[in-house]
Amino acid sequence: MESIKDKVAIVGMGCCKFGENWDKDGQDMAVEACYEAIEDAGIEKKDIQAAWQALWVSGQTGSTLSRWLKLDYVPISRVENFCAGGLDSFRNACYAVASGQFDIVLASGTEKLLDHTGGFGEVYPFAFDRPGVDFDLPPSNTFAHAATRYMEVHGFSYEKIKRILAKIVVKNHHNGMLSPKSHLKREVTEEDVINSPIVSWPLGLYDCCGLSDGAAAAIVTTPEIARSLRDDYVLVKAVAIANGAGQAYLRGDTSLFGGSDKLEMNIPETYYAARAAYQQAGIKDPRNEITHAEMHDCFSIIELITVEDLGFSPLGHGWEDVEAGRFNLDGEQPVNTDGGLKSFGHPISATGLRMLYELYQQLQGKAGPRQIKNPKLGLTMNLGGTSAYFNTGIGIVGCRD
Amino acid sequence: MVGVTSYGAYVPRWRLSRQAVAQGARGEKSIGNFDEDSVTMAVAAAMDCLWGVERETVDGLLFASTTSPYGEKECAAIAATAADLPRNIVTADFTGSLKASATALKFAADAVSAGTARQIMVTAADRRQAEALTPLDQSLGDGAAALLIGNTNVIATLEASYLLSDTIMDIWRGSDEPFLRTAHERFVDQKGYMDVISEAISGLLRENGLAPKDFARIALYAPSARRAREVATSLGFDAKSQLQDVMADVMGNTGVPYSFMIFIAALENARPGDLILLASYGDGASAFAFRVTGDIEKVRGNPERRGMKKHLESKKVINDFKTYWLWRGLLRPNTKAGFLPHHFWKISPTALWRERDRILRFHAVKCQVCGTVQYPPQKVCAKCDTRDQFEHVRLSDKKGSIFTFSMDYLSSPVDVPVVVPIVTTIGEGKILCYLTDRVVEELKSGLEVEWSFRNFMVRDGIQNYFWKAIPVRA
Repeated sequence: MESIKDKVAIVGMGCCKFGENWDKDGQDMAVEACYEAIEDAGIEKKDIQAAWQALWVSGQTGSTLSRWLKLDYVPISRVENFCAGGLDSFRNACYAVASGQFDIVLASGTEKLLDHTGGFGEVYPFAFDRPGVDFDLPPSNTFAHAATRYMEVHGFSYEKIKRILAKIVVKNHHNGMLSPKSHLKREVTEEDVINSPIVSWPLGLYDCCGLSDGAAAAIVTTPEIARSLRDDYVLVKAVAIANGAGQAYLRGDTSLFGGSDKLEMNIPETYYAARAAYQQAGIKDPRNEITHAEMHDCFSIIELITVEDLGFSPLGHGWEDVEAGRFNLDGEQPVNTDGGLKSFGHPISATGLRMLYELYQQLQGKAGPRQIKNPKLGLTMNLGGTSAYFNTGIGIVGCRD
Repeated sequence: MVGVTSYGAYVPRWRLSRQAVAQGARGEKSIGNFDEDSVTMAVAAAMDCLWGVERETVDGLLFASTTSPYGEKECAAIAATAADLPRNIVTADFTGSLKASATALKFAADAVSAGTARQIMVTAADRRQAEALTPLDQSLGDGAAALLIGNTNVIATLEASYLLSDTIMDIWRGSDEPFLRTAHERFVDQKGYMDVISEAISGLLRENGLAPKDFARIALYAPSARRAREVATSLGFDAKSQLQDVMADVMGNTGVPYSFMIFIAALENARPGDLILLASYGDGASAFAFRVTGDIEKVRGNPERRGMKKHLESKKVINDFKTYWLWRGLLRPNTKAGFLPHHFWKISPTALWRERDRILRFHAVKCQVCGTVQYPPQKVCAKCDTRDQFEHVRLSDKKGSIFTFSMDYLSSPVDVPVVVPIVTTIGEGKILCYLTDRVVEELKSGLEVEWSFRNFMVRDGIQNYFWKAIPVRA
């Protein structure tokens, strides 16, 4: 099995302003993001040979994108992998280029959530093959379970978990302030976060990300073509996805939800996707090799859990690095430099590509007030689904040699 | 000889303090949670009745109630499926009258006598509603009972019965009306209840050569404790030593199952040889004489069976009427939806039908190769990868424990916070579900739970039933 490392390059990216975009529909936002990516790449729309479009509830079939952009009879697939759809659209685009079938392709992710009851309402599709007849739960509960299990397994008191999570939230709100296209623009204090109303115990309102509209896109090509287009293209080092089969529930395992006394990982989907990605990229020491990362902090607990599953911090000790400021903008390994889902917002299918947009800007040194020092290798982690049935996407990108 | 072969009862965990509604009012009434109705309570009583009973020996289930949630759709069939009874049985609903339970008992006994059924379970349940703040509403309670009628291992033989039919506008409800209506209380009690139930009991005594002193206990349906005493005394019974308490102060008048529940309370203290009178009222009246046998200990001694006594003891008192009104849908429509209505999509009738074993019977699968029990049922074993070699395992009568949980303060207008646990069942198997009948302060991982059949939501007239976890009742 060959690795995708250095076989694919990103030459252009775009992202619309995330938020409550009452005056924009999916078309408005996708056109804005895709045209920005096309212009950034220095290509023309007609150069696009194929495309992948992530959509959860904002349209069906690849023709949604051809209709929006007026792409003339090029092959387009709709990608749906819940909250990880954006990264999966990118993953498919990478494979298309790596296979040699296409030279220049577009990966796009768009979500118009707020036309319908805040996103989780009547439009909620049968994503978990549950035809309306039995148990369902708002996502906050899945992540509250992650928090309660984390507390139980690692011996955290309620006060301790709230304090650590508050630090993560404060950081991401701060970073979002520095991102022109982010949804929430407001500094918060640890007290604000800890005292915010409980949404799903132990998680409070400020532990939850915003529900937003948005779109993001990437132009992907071969390194050879990339060289002809720009000097600061970004190379793909790895793309991976791992999907859960309910193992933790159905037979038990050594993860947070598995019930074993011997804990080896928090969320296995993240753990295994990361290990696959590290193998592709040849990464042995993620704590010291990955310079910056974007993580799926739909709920604050996921950022804490993820730094451990990615091997940035030892299992159960992520909080020490959080307290030490390791993941702050000026820390040794900044995480969610653009504010993350927490304050950049979370339009489901656009999020994975938005994360990549931030890694790309950081690697190019174009992140303005958020710019970190010496970015070399960026990692993005994009999570969808419910516990034991998660699908985690991991992408690793780096500067050209 | 035909008689009762097992019994079960159900009283909801919740009691409303009558003081919360009216100053100076006495006692408590049992109230079902927001997700309970007459079908769910009938299932609970049926499950209580089935401890120690081979389900294959039950040839029928009857459902008696004035509060069927459906205008057209048989509740007995739902209850029989939820109780995991076989398919080749007879089911029927007996509705529209307070005496529906007694009538169903008569038909069940006749069927067993005729030899067309080995055992038939008679379930009775009600969740009646009078207008808020009325004395009638204060007097009503929610509950259910089940009597298994058969002719082997009988614990109380049916010695005699006397039924009569009558019509009087005493208490009624139009088919399109939510609240009970009633005529003048003294008229109803005297010309309705007292005259008619007395006539039935007198008929039973007269035709069978029985005298009041022959009975150890008399279990009478009654609109109040006072009227029960008056009927007993006027017929020559000693109210003090013979009359079974009607539980007015601890439960209230539960309607169709009421006489069964009083009768079961009597059985719980009966001795072999005792003669017990069971008398029901409603559009006439019915009187039955049962002789307790030595087999009663086998049924009474099953530690899983809660019957009346344990159910009454296991309670949480609610001291605010707002909770009661909210649960009854009096403050907000669509109370049955634990979550905000927009969280639910349309219910698929085809999926409800296709997955009825998983949803109504609450069946998990057990891999025949590695033995791992898995819910929801799988096609490929999550443990050993074997395809399609599973047997069904009923989870509804098994216990579990809370692995972890969340408390959702946002999603429900009624049940705040909605508690969503992950429950460990058999082996390593875990189920994501709802926890109901919970007290937030008592929640913790490791808490032992059992399963309760509940009304998940109502949409397009479909009552979507499912099993929820509840803390084990003491």
